[in-house]
Amino acid sequence: MGAKMVDFGGWDMPVNYGSQIDEHHQVRNDCGMFDVSHMRVVDMKGTGVRDFLRYLLANNVDKLTSPGKALYSCMLLDNGGVIDDLIVYFMKEDWFRIVVNAGTADKDITWMKQQAAQHAPKLVINDHPELAMIAVQGPNARAKVWEALPGSRELTEKLVPFSAAEMGTMFIARTGYTGEDGFEVMIPANAAPYFWATLAEKGVKPIGLGARDTLRLEAGMNLYGQDMDETINPLEAGLAWTVDLKSQRDFIGKSTLLANPPTRKLVGLVLLDRGVLRGHQKVHTDHGEGEITSGSFSPTLEKSIALARVPIGVQISDTVQVLIRDKMLSAKVVKYPFARNGKGLI
Amino acid sequence: MSNPANLKYTASHEWVKTETDGNISVGITQHAQELLGDMVFVETPAVGRKLKAKEECAVVESVKAAADIYAPVNGVVTAVNSKLDSTPEDINADPYRSWMFRMKPDNPADVAALMDAKAYQAVVDSEAH
Repeated sequence: MGAKMVDFGGWDMPVNYGSQIDEHHQVRNDCGMFDVSHMRVVDMKGTGVRDFLRYLLANNVDKLTSPGKALYSCMLLDNGGVIDDLIVYFMKEDWFRIVVNAGTADKDITWMKQQAAQHAPKLVINDHPELAMIAVQGPNARAKVWEALPGSRELTEKLVPFSAAEMGTMFIARTGYTGEDGFEVMIPANAAPYFWATLAEKGVKPIGLGARDTLRLEAGMNLYGQDMDETINPLEAGLAWTVDLKSQRDFIGKSTLLANPPTRKLVGLVLLDRGVLRGHQKVHTDHGEGEITSGSFSPTLEKSIALARVPIGVQISDTVQVLIRDKMLSAKVVKYPFARNGKGLI
Repeated sequence: MSNPANLKYTASHEWVKTETDGNISVGITQHAQELLGDMVFVETPAVGRKLKAKEECAVVESVKAAADIYAPVNGVVTAVNSKLDSTPEDINADPYRSWMFRMKPDNPADVAALMDAKAYQAVVDSEAH
């Protein structure tokens, strides 16, 4: 029996602690915690940082007006390809905080510094590998964090989704990658084991990267390196909603995006036959061939689901064929997300 | 969980049980199900199909991975366990009762020549995971 293990971006981390499906349901129905310390915090400080980010990022940081507010954005190459997707937090007018993916952190920082050298040489860009990150996610997640961190409730109870507050050396954001409510807590690495142990004492279960992947897939959230990368632009990765093409401002990649309307798009698939959709399987449609970018089994829907990049003419409710090993199986094109806030949406 | 002493094993993590009628049942081992995690799909070979030893003949898929199952010996498929279609998780719960297919071996001596539980355990121990 030749096991073909799925690799989550090349990181050797706990894929599951026990049953991956149980871990998945644990987060949808109660709460669980993820060690996501591999993600990197980058602080950008100095006069003109907002102007620089208006140019650096495809989404428009002018949407960020109050301290702690967060924005999801892609950072693009001139050719429109995605260097990384990230969350940028407005701290104050001369300080923005950015959280980037692990596998891309070094190239991201190199790119940021190159661009800053040309356009904003006085900015100071520092990354913080000494900050660990623990995500606590699920309907009961915030309450558990409040129990584990005395004093945190007062600071974070009024946070609206996609915003954050500082608490001493910690940074608590009401963000996540599961489609559930919760926090991502950035905390000095030397304090992280104690925080983790305290959460465990309060009954919060550890969740592996396996369930993290099925949770984010159900929630319809892209995974960098799978659903998009430097060869794919955000308009063909389901991320048009994060690209601000309306404002007058220029940003890296904008002219290419305007000159090249998308010919493909990202859609959801639900498998109608028995089997499991996986990344790189070919999708046959009436409009040409496409490919699955992320596929798995959805524990919430108890069906196989996928994100697939297909020709732009493919419509919701179309039936397409997916080649799995030597068989063509039928799948239905759906609007994603597939599940959020404890419920299936398909 | 130890590997039952009355079964035979392959290096590719199938277990093989000789039934009273001389046919063999084939499943995957405790070690294999543990590596793969939650099973969500099983595809079995067609009854009547002739198999060569080490031929790919079935597939199990967990949430995280797909894995091929190989025929342990030369022979013909005589039955499949269609119960696993609706409850593939039985493989996780009880791997040594969750047979996937049965075969009539061309030569019972091929079955006798497969690894015993102790030899198989040595294979598991030597795999660095």
